[in-house]
Amino acid sequence: MASPQQQQIMTRESVTRPAETAASKTPGAACKLTARNIDFFYGSFQALHSISLDVPSHRITAFIGPSGCGKSTFLRTMNRMNEALRNTRVEGELRLDGQDILSMDVTTVRRRVGMVFQKSNPFPKSIFDNVAYGLRVNGISRKSVVEEAVERSLQHAALWTEVKDKLHKPASALSGGQQQRLCIARALAVEPEVLLLDEPCSALDPIATRRIEELLFELKEMTTIVIVTHNMQQAARIADLTGFFLLGKLMEIDDTKKIFQNPGKKETEDYVTGRFG
Amino acid sequence: MKISARRRIVNAVMLSLSGICTLLVISVLFFILGYLLVHGVKSLDFDFFTKLPKPSGETGGGMANAIVGSGKVLLLATLIGVPIGFLAGIFLAEFSGKTFAFTIRYVVDLLNGVPSIVIGIVAYALVVRPMRHFSALAGGVALGIMMIPIAVRTTEEFLRSVPNSMREGAMALGATRAQTIFTVVVPAAMSGLISGMMLNLARVAGETAPLLFTALGNMFWSKGWLEPIATLPVMIYNYAIAPEEDLHQQAWAAGFVLLMLVLAINVTARMVINRGHASSRR
Repeated sequence: MASPQQQQIMTRESVTRPAETAASKTPGAACKLTARNIDFFYGSFQALHSISLDVPSHRITAFIGPSGCGKSTFLRTMNRMNEALRNTRVEGELRLDGQDILSMDVTTVRRRVGMVFQKSNPFPKSIFDNVAYGLRVNGISRKSVVEEAVERSLQHAALWTEVKDKLHKPASALSGGQQQRLCIARALAVEPEVLLLDEPCSALDPIATRRIEELLFELKEMTTIVIVTHNMQQAARIADLTGFFLLGKLMEIDDTKKIFQNPGKKETEDYVTGRFG
Repeated sequence: MKISARRRIVNAVMLSLSGICTLLVISVLFFILGYLLVHGVKSLDFDFFTKLPKPSGETGGGMANAIVGSGKVLLLATLIGVPIGFLAGIFLAEFSGKTFAFTIRYVVDLLNGVPSIVIGIVAYALVVRPMRHFSALAGGVALGIMMIPIAVRTTEEFLRSVPNSMREGAMALGATRAQTIFTVVVPAAMSGLISGMMLNLARVAGETAPLLFTALGNMFWSKGWLEPIATLPVMIYNYAIAPEEDLHQQAWAAGFVLLMLVLAINVTARMVINRGHASSRR
């Protein structure tokens, strides 16, 4: 028999705990990032409706869904990128290792939760300066430290051998796939705890896409990855966990295998089997 | 049949008319250049660039002091007008909301439309009166105020042309707004900014009215920044209304030098912007 106090604690936990999610079922994966009842508004338009989910540590979580379903909006809420847009509002609770993201210093959030965008956006600087940028704006300027971090990041992004002899060439000289890997290296340089990727392969050919997918697979050793993708095969290939968004709602999130083979909702099944979208 | 013939004629007439006007536009510049050269060539010698003006009654001499003077006044104008306009332009492009930006832009355009002589009066009241004498500084303030509107709009325009993905990329790495602007956005817009500011400088280099009662003029070298100072446009004005034929020729020569200076700044500005485009395309 539990004492009344214990019972109280248990009830409170059952309130803060979400309805059973895949994260809690994934063995050995601590929860890195949690969202509870996230609503998001562009002006008076509500783009997200009460999104709750757990992002497990050192796993790849993919968000799929048709265009305009809110998956990118939600991704950009996780590192508060949407704040730069005027007339937007977010409600709910977002925690990184239990710390409240929405009340944290915004530059700290973005250093800890990195982001790679749909279209590669290298700065008009050299390859080296691109990767070093995040370190420098965060006050790390010791030459040896920066050089070491740049090399390590480029290696992690599988770009080092291709660029090591032209680090001081402009980043714009690289190919599209290389530029996207450079952006990944740039994000990795500040050692983010979570890496958000917003359709990182949508502008790339299949070979460059495959390289990035392989890369993400290796990167989950060192960080937690959340990826938005239009490409369901991509989610099926790389993600441990897949969430399906529709009309601003998270329809379901579960083990990728289950989402694609035995989804819990009819809408998900319709989408992943190509009946719409 | 008849209608189509009429249309052909109208077409031919309009085409030739616009062609002729285009030729006219181009020839105006060459006409001015040639006219200045023909009239000023006699005085356009080595002395013109190295000697001081001769006292009235004597022939010869040069405008070395006015050439240096114009340089000094324009340097002051740049130091005053560019930073103010640049920072205001940053605010306009990066921070202000829609309605506020509209208001600022409108006010800046109004300032751009203020007649230069009025700005001269303002500089007279602000600098000359309190200091009790004409000076290079007063001239620089007048021209600097004239540079502000274009500096604001140039900065705004070129910063806005930097894609938003650059700002997002920097902020996603933990950069603050200010770091983003000064380490990514401004460098990305740099070639445009430099050339815009140079064109702005070229625009005020020929201004005369605001200098008449601020920099005043000087037949000798002007020491420092707080004495009356000779400038090319004012020198042209003074010499052109003087009775001596020799001075008229010197005025023509000065006009030619001033024009070449402005053209040189213009061409350099174009080269800077072209090089910027080439490097961003690489």
